[in-house]
Amino acid sequence: MKIPDLAELALRNLRESLLRNSLTTVGISVGVASLVAMLSLGIGLQQLFSRRLAKSGLFDTVLVTSRRDLRGMGRDRDDRGGPTPGESRVLDEPARQEIERLPNVLEAYPDIRFPTELRYEDKPHLTMISALPSSAKSNDAFEGMQGSFFSSDTAAEVILQKTFAEELLGKTPARGIDETNVADLARPLLGKELTMLYSQREPSSTQSSSTAAVASAGGDVVGAAYSVVSRELKLKIVGVSDQDPETMRGPTRAKVFLPLKLAQNLHVMQPTDLREVSRAASDQPVYSSVSVRVKNPAQVKLVEDAVKKMGFGTFSILDASRGLQLVFTVLFAFLGIFGSLALIVASIGIVNTLVMAILERRREIGIMKAIGASDGDVKAIFFAEAGSMGILGGIVGVVFGWGIGQVINMATNLYLKSQSFPPEHFWAVPWWLVAFAILFAFFVSLLSGLYPAGRAARLDPVQALRYE
Amino acid sequence: MTTAPAISNARATVAIHSENLCRHYRMGDTLIRAVDGVSLAVRAGEFVALLGSSGSGKSSVLNLIAGLDRPTSGSVIVQDRDLAKLSREELAKYRLHVVGMVFQSFNLIASMTLAENVELPLRFAEVDRSQRQNLASEALGRVGLRARMNHRPSELSGGEQQRAALARALINRPQLLLADEPTGNLDSHTGTEIMDMVRQFNRELGMTVMMVTHERALAERYAQRMIFLADGKLIDDRINDDQVNTPTEDVHKGGRS
Repeated sequence: MKIPDLAELALRNLRESLLRNSLTTVGISVGVASLVAMLSLGIGLQQLFSRRLAKSGLFDTVLVTSRRDLRGMGRDRDDRGGPTPGESRVLDEPARQEIERLPNVLEAYPDIRFPTELRYEDKPHLTMISALPSSAKSNDAFEGMQGSFFSSDTAAEVILQKTFAEELLGKTPARGIDETNVADLARPLLGKELTMLYSQREPSSTQSSSTAAVASAGGDVVGAAYSVVSRELKLKIVGVSDQDPETMRGPTRAKVFLPLKLAQNLHVMQPTDLREVSRAASDQPVYSSVSVRVKNPAQVKLVEDAVKKMGFGTFSILDASRGLQLVFTVLFAFLGIFGSLALIVASIGIVNTLVMAILERRREIGIMKAIGASDGDVKAIFFAEAGSMGILGGIVGVVFGWGIGQVINMATNLYLKSQSFPPEHFWAVPWWLVAFAILFAFFVSLLSGLYPAGRAARLDPVQALRYE
Repeated sequence: MTTAPAISNARATVAIHSENLCRHYRMGDTLIRAVDGVSLAVRAGEFVALLGSSGSGKSSVLNLIAGLDRPTSGSVIVQDRDLAKLSREELAKYRLHVVGMVFQSFNLIASMTLAENVELPLRFAEVDRSQRQNLASEALGRVGLRARMNHRPSELSGGEQQRAALARALINRPQLLLADEPTGNLDSHTGTEIMDMVRQFNRELGMTVMMVTHERALAERYAQRMIFLADGKLIDDRINDDQVNTPTEDVHKGGRS
């Protein structure tokens, strides 16, 4: 029989015992809904974590340090291959550019962090300053930010972290759940000026007023020295960030942010300069560490290897993310199995319905055989009925499951909101899941139809016709 | 009345030929010989009645010829097909294209309209939809039911249902029409109407007709030949001279509308 004829016959037959077949189909749709709900929760959670990690800039970031620093910090995790500490290269501007030219690297920027004093309305505030590349704009640390990001990479502008804004306004940071509205904090601050007091290092040849000459402690560069000059810089407040600094890592873990190029040009004396006197004395900027952003988290390992070959130490949280992937795979499998259980139960419903239908339609099967239906035709009719119930149940189930997801998503966000957390989408129904769920329901239904269809096809027409 | 002609001289036009045909089956401990060594030959275009009391095996013979059942032993050859040797698939094709069947209880599918019932064999034959509708309408026209083609069987009288069943049996233009007590559920008037129609198909379309009945009068009135069965055995086979010698009479009462 032709497929359209088959489908038409199947739907007609399904309509004949509407209630029973509807109930069976509802059973399938509940099964599909539970499968969709479970899997979309898994996918949603995974996406949420990936999104968070990607935005945090950690997932696709490799931290590059000179090998000596790593040893010194006691967290050298990699003794395989690579140069020995003695061969370690200086992490300077040419090295940074070389890293940036590596394949799959988006950008490599130096990590500049230094403690400093900021004056606001003549009151001094001591804090840690961090420099941000313009790419940090997409970082979710600045998602709930008031105001705007830096207008350019060299602008004399500053972004404050919420708790520092509170400090400037003379408010005590609240403990526990923070109820402070960022907008309220930002309003009196945006556009105002801050004065940053910092120490600039200059080669010692420079004749500066207040100098503190530091002589080289020997080593390769003999006689190198630099002066530290006190400087002031006026900065305009352009933004107040919502992010709690304790939840962030990397360059965003600070309370005040400057544009990267601006910070670089200041030649601020950094804490590491005391250890690396010879480098600090050179005219070329030398970095304690460089953050490398990789195009795709999958390429982090490649980039890490390439950077190691150049003679630097690297660190990424790739290994941690691998563990996370495993956790999600297991979670996914569990959710899938539990979701499928309902569908398996529903498939037994299909078997039951079709076996009943065979009993009821025994005579009809006999008639069809008598007027020329082959075993295959009869089998196909029952298969088509099972498949139709599967597809219909699948479609209804997907809609159903999507609805459940929406409701739970909404309810949870309502709760999150009451706890003053930002809303999240931890429920995702991608198109492939929709297609997969419907196809899965279809195939499970066909599988359920296997036994009834075979049984119908094998009916002896003489006996079937005798049956009243 | 004379005895049936020898098989040999009609070889070229034999439609049905059975040789020592047997259909035995077990019911508990007893072996039932429903058909027990029946040998017969039916010429193409013949109108044959199978007569016998109930349990004589006449329906079993018909089912064997229809390809609904398989012989335990012996052979049955219809239109050069040895039915015992056909696969299930081939047997279905045979039923689809070579045989048309009508039954005592009409056996229309209740959930389908007359048109759908009549075109059902065409679906199995994978005929295109538009052609199917034309053929179904034409076949229903032939039995005078074109106006009722969108009714369901339950909305029709018994005679009308049997006419629809006849239309369905003819839709694939089979060479063989097999009828199992076609008038058994009808009053004598509608029974006559149906039988006239069957005879018309036999004469106009040249179809070979084999009809099972227990009404001897009916057989004498319409069949050219009567085969009597008892206990699964052929006990008599005779030509109905009245029908053979007076071929045409006015039988078109229930014909085209």
